[in-house]
Amino acid sequence: MAVFNLKINKKTYRVNVDPDTPMLWVLRDHLNLVGTKFGCGVAQCGACTIHLDGEAVRSCITFVSEVGNKEITTIEGLSENGDHPVQKAWLEVDVAQCGYCQTGQIMTATALLKKNPHPSDQEIEEAMSGNLCRCGTYTRIKKAIKTAAISK
Amino acid sequence: MLGFNWFASLQAQGTEVADMPKEWFKINGYLKIGENGTVTIMSPNPEIGQNVKTSMPMIVAEELDVDWKNVLVEQAPLNTDIFKRQLAGGSDSIKQSWGGLRMAGASARKMLMEAAARKWNVPVGEITTELGFLYHKNSGQKAPYGELASVAAQIPVPKEVELKELKDFKIIGTSKRNVDGQKIVTGQPLFGLDYKTDGMLIAMVVHPPAFGMKLKSFDATEAKTKPGIRDVFKIKTYNDDYKPQWCDTNSFTELVAVVGNSTWEVMSARNFLKVEWEPFTDYKIAMAGWGGDQLVTVPAGLESTSDHNAKMVAAAAKPGKIVRKDGNPEEAFKNAAKIIERSYTAPFLAHTPMEPMNFFADVTADNAVLVGPIQSPEYMEKTLAARLGLPLEKIDIQMTRMGGGFGRRLYGHFMVEAALISQKMKAPVKLIYSREDEITFGIYRPAYHALYRAALDANNNLIGFHVKMGGVPENALHANRFPAGAIDNYMAESWEIESNISVGAMRAPGSNFNAVVEQSFLDEVAEAMGKDPIQFRLDLLKRAKEKPVGEKNDYDAARYAGVLELVREKSGWNRNSAGKNRGVAAYFCHSSYVANVLDLTVENDTPVIQKVYAAVDCGIVVNPDAAINMTEGSIVDGIGQAMYGQLTFSKGKPDQDNFDSYRLIRHNEAPKEIEVHFVENEINPTGLGEPPYPPVMGALANALYKATGTRYYHQPFTKNRFE
Repeated sequence: MAVFNLKINKKTYRVNVDPDTPMLWVLRDHLNLVGTKFGCGVAQCGACTIHLDGEAVRSCITFVSEVGNKEITTIEGLSENGDHPVQKAWLEVDVAQCGYCQTGQIMTATALLKKNPHPSDQEIEEAMSGNLCRCGTYTRIKKAIKTAAISK
Repeated sequence: MLGFNWFASLQAQGTEVADMPKEWFKINGYLKIGENGTVTIMSPNPEIGQNVKTSMPMIVAEELDVDWKNVLVEQAPLNTDIFKRQLAGGSDSIKQSWGGLRMAGASARKMLMEAAARKWNVPVGEITTELGFLYHKNSGQKAPYGELASVAAQIPVPKEVELKELKDFKIIGTSKRNVDGQKIVTGQPLFGLDYKTDGMLIAMVVHPPAFGMKLKSFDATEAKTKPGIRDVFKIKTYNDDYKPQWCDTNSFTELVAVVGNSTWEVMSARNFLKVEWEPFTDYKIAMAGWGGDQLVTVPAGLESTSDHNAKMVAAAAKPGKIVRKDGNPEEAFKNAAKIIERSYTAPFLAHTPMEPMNFFADVTADNAVLVGPIQSPEYMEKTLAARLGLPLEKIDIQMTRMGGGFGRRLYGHFMVEAALISQKMKAPVKLIYSREDEITFGIYRPAYHALYRAALDANNNLIGFHVKMGGVPENALHANRFPAGAIDNYMAESWEIESNISVGAMRAPGSNFNAVVEQSFLDEVAEAMGKDPIQFRLDLLKRAKEKPVGEKNDYDAARYAGVLELVREKSGWNRNSAGKNRGVAAYFCHSSYVANVLDLTVENDTPVIQKVYAAVDCGIVVNPDAAINMTEGSIVDGIGQAMYGQLTFSKGKPDQDNFDSYRLIRHNEAPKEIEVHFVENEINPTGLGEPPYPPVMGALANALYKATGTRYYHQPFTKNRFE
């Protein structure tokens, strides 16, 4: 066990956990930030996507000991009132079916739009292909990303 | 009682939500009204992504005659005294509850009208309502529902009420957004995996690595020394004398449970368990079935896909059990100028909902509280009561939003496992499956085989049709569906191969194979007859409507033809097909009709789905945009399963165990465009969770043929050629 000071959503959290603990479980079990979802545990589905210094990463394979001083953003910290343009676009398009993967989709999409504010269809598909949606909402996800790109 | 309810502690709502009232007045089991006019409507059925948590309350709100923006929705717990059929399955939530939901809203409206009549001392027949207000037009009086809610709550529930006429609907037929949308996009706790209480422990189970194996012994000495581990022990899911129900399907009933403080600690310690497994010998289970008790044999053995395939080919060559026979098919085939014969296969599939199996349980000597994602709570309550030795009323089941299910969460053995672990630990416990657990401890879609034969006379007329379907361990035959009823000489046979691999319902059971193979075969027959594939189907349906063969045809030929005609029109089939790799298919299941036209191109030896058209007849459409979403998702799912889905076995062990080996469709593989059209009619609504899923696979197979010149007989299609 070891103590880590983590910068998450502009706050500092102190946790005492095994250094090999993936950030996914630190967030969910120790900090009650459950918007980051468990889907596969092997970086194949993207449900656990968070931002590490603005880069989309898979929290299920990011050990707490690797984070250091980097700033973590989770879905809970993406916007203060749940009104990030991407979140608003998701609601406008009414993307979700079961909804489980959508926080991970939104985190990947916001990282994409930050780097590339007006992505082409192909760029959206490439950037989003690491995020699985078992309900098959891909066409709506693409539409929501384009909606957010216009509104930003 | 729960010490701390994680969900209840978070009341944050969406942005457009009504004000919370000071006091609620319960009008009936489905709804309560606040003094300020805000209405809470209970959503009775489990929400699995099919949108019932929005669409079921919409139906109540319609008859109550309120403004949707003043409605809050709450997920009802399991309560069989108030609600009927709290099940997510069979695409039946809306279909079976349509009348009851309308009655719930209409009777509450009547009670409010009674309350107003008493207050204003006028006949109730002179009271009218509009969007949450009561009016007495003659005297010019007006009152909001909230003002009369306390009086209405005292009025007996009326026995007879008038329902609205369809033309007066204001909510049904208009698109309303997902009531959980804001919580979903902000990551608030909604799902079973998000649930927690004070002092809750985390548990995982270890199951046999292969079907055909059972627990022999285990050594937990080392695992128990790992940080955060509370205990390791064996659990037995069912008692020896227990007669399982359909929802108790489960191959692995003796498991090792690992319990600890946190998920990662339990996951890590689980690797240090030393477990010995051994093959089991044949055994029999007395199952309580819908058609009465039956003795099911579970054969010993470590099965492999190669054995399954060889056995299926051999079984298909022998006569099967004749399930339906019209006319004289033997004679027709004997006299045929040409016989077309094709065989098709499809592999086992795992359900892989994005949220792995999990459940919370808090079991004491007196009662059991269970919270989590389950499609069949009514049935599982009985299983839990039997296993825990508690009366039904002491089992409290609360349903969380489900991160998908697709049928997997009909089989709730994980609830029993969580309950037994909580009972042993004397503490609240959340049981979690890893993705590997979910895929290798599955209740799978069976592996299927189909042999189709068509007899043509010298003039290329279809004179005989023969289908023989089988599977491991179940077949997919629907003997009384189209084209039965449309062909004079018809025969349907079935066969099955015993297996110890557990199978169950997966989205559109049986149909998810039938639609692909039947619609592929019909395409090939139409081609051999020199007919347009849509016109060929319409001609058969015309025959089935005007002069049906046999009596037990379980489809409506006119509605079937209706979706084909609609998709033909919307896709511009007759004027816009030149140069396109275009496939068509239509299918009826779960009371709804769907037809697809699919266009694809092949780029770098990879099929790219350009556009899918869907024509759907599910009667009255309650929530149109959500219905479109469900249809779009089903199309993506269908294409994914047909192209990539397969679970294979080597000596009883699943060869795939996570998304690196078990392939799901991804963003870049989804259709570029999907266009959905609904047949407009006034027929009571039928299901939509399953019907749009099967036919697209047939349309895909037919479009692939157009693109490549090769027919696709074996799923997944990628294995066929593209990989």
